[in-house]
Amino acid sequence: MMPLDDTDRAILRALARDATQSAGALGRRLGLSQPATWRRIKRLQDAGVIKARKLDLDADKLGFGVTVFLGVKLATKGRVSLEDFERAVTAIPEVQTVEHVLGLYDYRLRVVARDIADFERVLRRRIMTLPGAGDVEANVLLTEERRPGPL
Amino acid sequence: MLDDLDRRILRLMQAEPDLSGPDLADRAGVTPSRLARRLEKLRESGVLRGVRAQIDWQALGYAVEVSLRITIDKSQPRALDELMQAARDIPEVIEIQTFLGRVDLRLSVIARDMAHYQQIYRDQILTLPHLAEIEALMHVARIKSEESLPL
Repeated sequence: MMPLDDTDRAILRALARDATQSAGALGRRLGLSQPATWRRIKRLQDAGVIKARKLDLDADKLGFGVTVFLGVKLATKGRVSLEDFERAVTAIPEVQTVEHVLGLYDYRLRVVARDIADFERVLRRRIMTLPGAGDVEANVLLTEERRPGPL
Repeated sequence: MLDDLDRRILRLMQAEPDLSGPDLADRAGVTPSRLARRLEKLRESGVLRGVRAQIDWQALGYAVEVSLRITIDKSQPRALDELMQAARDIPEVIEIQTFLGRVDLRLSVIARDMAHYQQIYRDQILTLPHLAEIEALMHVARIKSEESLPL
């Protein structure tokens, strides 16, 4: 685990908002030189704290009006069926995230669709036909906020 | 309205957010200046909201992630707003989502270990206003996490 100081935390907060800013520009705002800022960013990347950069797109404006979270329970369990399920579900383009969870459900999926009719198509043709899929619970996303976290 | 070139650019950027401007232009088959104009338009229209660094909380020592699915006491008209406002004050809450469905609200909570989680749960979650029911899903693994749109 990597220990952070206040400057690291400020860098992480800034890059989580906008990862396109240069080390020079970011350093100026934090009162650091360009090389010092660059070294810190590099260290955060090497330690895996910054794992990737991600494009933030407005799904609505791109025609994806519906996001649904699905809780999926597997009907039959066992190592083979878990792997089969995971491989098949990961390959569905409309499935944006797959999380293996413990609790009421086995998997939590984030599914994007153009509208409710399109979602129904994905659900019937792709999700319900997955190997081992049992009970499915759907919750339609209304609002979403990403918080900065404990930095 | 987006055309094929816009979609191609976004697809490429989504798959590889670290591509440099010239490389991106090359792959999209356009000149760098034409690419720059397109990106400017996509930003102006709000389709492209930005590029954000993703923080790996595990690398920072947050080993536990729990999804709390919450139903609220709907007899209070301001219940949802008040609960969300209070949840924003908990630093370990990294995501707040609202739903149409069986669950009203979901909070993503991270913690260093189970003891830390217990403490957050008892002192900060259970004291949130207007809680009716809470269900916890413990994250085991992320199988797919890019959250890409099928452009």
